[in-house]
Amino acid sequence: MSDKKRPLLDELKKGPWPSFVKEMEKQAGNKMTEEAIDLLERSYEDKMCHWKHGGIVGVRGYGGGVIGRYCDIPEEFPNVQEFHTMRVNQPSGWFYTSDALRNLADIWEKHGSGLTNMHGATGDAVLLGTTTDHLQPCFDELAENGWDLGGSGSDLRTPSCCVGPARCNNACFDTLHLCHNLTNEYQDELHRPMWPYKFKIKISGCANDCVSSIARADLSIIGTWRDSIRIDAEAVKEYAASGMDIQGLVVDKCPTKACAFDKEKAEFTVDDENCVRCMHCINKMPKALRIGKDCGATILIGGKATIVQSAFLSWVIVPFMKLNKEDGYAELKDLLERIWEWWDENAKVRERIGELIYRKGMRTFLKEVGLEPKAQMVHHPRANPYFFWWPDELVQKEEGDEK
Amino acid sequence: MVAKGRTDIGPPHYEEMLPQIIKDNYGKWKYFERIKPGVLKHVSETGDELYTVRAGSPRLLSITSLREFADIADKYCNGHLRFTSRHNVEFLVDDPEKVEPLIAELEERGWPVGGTGNCLNNIIHTQGWIHCHSAATDASGPVKAVMDELFDYFKTDDLPAKLKISMACCLNMCGAVHCSDIAFVGIHRTIPKIDDEGVAKNCEIPNVIAACPTGAIRPNPKAKSVSVNEEKCMYCGNCYTVCPSMKIIDPENDGLAIFVGGKVSNARSGPSFSRLAIPWVPNNPPRWDELVSAIKNLVEIWVKNAKKGERYGEWIERIGWEKFFEIAELPFTDKHIDDFIFSVPTFRTTTNFKYTK
Repeated sequence: MSDKKRPLLDELKKGPWPSFVKEMEKQAGNKMTEEAIDLLERSYEDKMCHWKHGGIVGVRGYGGGVIGRYCDIPEEFPNVQEFHTMRVNQPSGWFYTSDALRNLADIWEKHGSGLTNMHGATGDAVLLGTTTDHLQPCFDELAENGWDLGGSGSDLRTPSCCVGPARCNNACFDTLHLCHNLTNEYQDELHRPMWPYKFKIKISGCANDCVSSIARADLSIIGTWRDSIRIDAEAVKEYAASGMDIQGLVVDKCPTKACAFDKEKAEFTVDDENCVRCMHCINKMPKALRIGKDCGATILIGGKATIVQSAFLSWVIVPFMKLNKEDGYAELKDLLERIWEWWDENAKVRERIGELIYRKGMRTFLKEVGLEPKAQMVHHPRANPYFFWWPDELVQKEEGDEK
Repeated sequence: MVAKGRTDIGPPHYEEMLPQIIKDNYGKWKYFERIKPGVLKHVSETGDELYTVRAGSPRLLSITSLREFADIADKYCNGHLRFTSRHNVEFLVDDPEKVEPLIAELEERGWPVGGTGNCLNNIIHTQGWIHCHSAATDASGPVKAVMDELFDYFKTDDLPAKLKISMACCLNMCGAVHCSDIAFVGIHRTIPKIDDEGVAKNCEIPNVIAACPTGAIRPNPKAKSVSVNEEKCMYCGNCYTVCPSMKIIDPENDGLAIFVGGKVSNARSGPSFSRLAIPWVPNNPPRWDELVSAIKNLVEIWVKNAKKGERYGEWIERIGWEKFFEIAELPFTDKHIDDFIFSVPTFRTTTNFKYTK
């Protein structure tokens, strides 16, 4: 351990929540890590970070997956002069065997700081802090052991998905399979940035959206169904008998007043035609209510955080798509590729798909990617009279044909 | 042994990572129960039962801890575990007898069990000063300080509804914190300081200009650089992201803004953005006292006033934002009124409102 005092960070070793400072100190035998702690103490003194913008570093054949990082006071902190990050593509659903986890730890002990994020916000297992010299050997060893890098920069970012059918009764489709399939299909897009900006895909098995797909994915894939909520009448009676306030906690909170509870008969019914499949009643009575059987996904587009033109929530472009495992999700991939092609051709530098649609208009987007306008795409129609017509929608007059 | 230079192999297949009980019941889960804070029980159509024990982590994890998790998974879970999107680690147990000993061991080793159902979940957050060049504040430090203060809420599940708190260390908002019950975000309050030589040498001027959401950046041909219109700049730092010579970090003026009332789930009402509650608290390491007490107050007023089942934003929607500011005893300022590009629909275009003191 360094003999430098770290009085500020020491304060964050106190308290009941697991301490990241203690985590860093567990790897302090590594001189790079030890100096990273000292540098962090300096940031706490100066109230600012001490990192510069990333330079171009990476591994052979890839343009993404490595974030270059350099200290801005290398003369004082030579061991963290280079402190690059590698993003390792996580297995779908973030499942690991203990041996797989140990394998990652062993590789990272050899090649880096021994610090990780499990996981980064996009979904990757983040290996935090190594030198330029170690990048290629580390990647080679990862690859030998069956790991690959995730995305960074202007490319397809690592897709991620919820726990899905592996451990959830609400999974409307196989989120893990779709995530794995898309990730493998689009390895080139993932590893070689060649787009206007980043593109994120997040996959949730139901409208509870446990991977926040609507808020942060350019393309949000969210499970839903077309038929009826399945009701186990006996289980409803058990909830009622247990004293649950079914009327107050379930029925009264239904956004479309599409369910009802007959207290005398202890009978719960759903008006499926008016149900919007929000998941509330199913969440409240999971033993009694289940998702339908004719399942697929709603496809939404455009979600992003604030930079640049405001935060957007993804909006509906396909109300229902039957995700077909057997043909390798051909319909989805066909749509995705048409979207990428239009975006790639039309977007400015660092323009996300949602911002491009905002600039060009939904009508152009729909026409270009071959989607029909549907009322499910909007909260309400426009209130202004400023709309365009396509030439073939108008009576065409020949030149000189004035009457 | 595979040849070196192998690329594009993709991630390991998830099926290799799944425990037998999940392979046996994949897609067959019938329902689940919340046994107690941090423990879920999933029941399959086959009758199999799977117990999940969730423990919080600081996201920044050492490989020593990863090996510790692996050892625990070997001891209790036949060598299987998973992580959640909010930095928790979940141990998957097929034998109910092992649940309590597992919890005891996790707690003994300092990994708190909780965060399910109507608990406070773990705070999803960004890198901060440990690795990011554009951080306006640290991330792990403020998160640790807030979680220490709210620790009991992680361990108990009697909040009005679930509570998701998120943190981003600058407006890039990696992790998209903008739809959280409570979000705190590192912000700047002063315009970037332009290093003309650096801009000329290292930056693509058209990109710098295009990066500005308010059109505040103009070319400065004399210096082969740019200038910033002070009246238009909203300190987002996007120019700094594309050009390191537009330095926006200002330790004395940077700080954190706190937003409330967002959610991502579609349950009941649709997903919604968090809205500004407190425009600025100082960036005050190591324990961020002002931030912690502000967030504690925001949680406590919700706990005290919300009805059962109401997420933060649903509570505010019911009582109205004007009442929220009154109850929270927070000043309502010109900062709270939107003046960015989609502002007008946020103005109150009705005479229906409540009077406040």
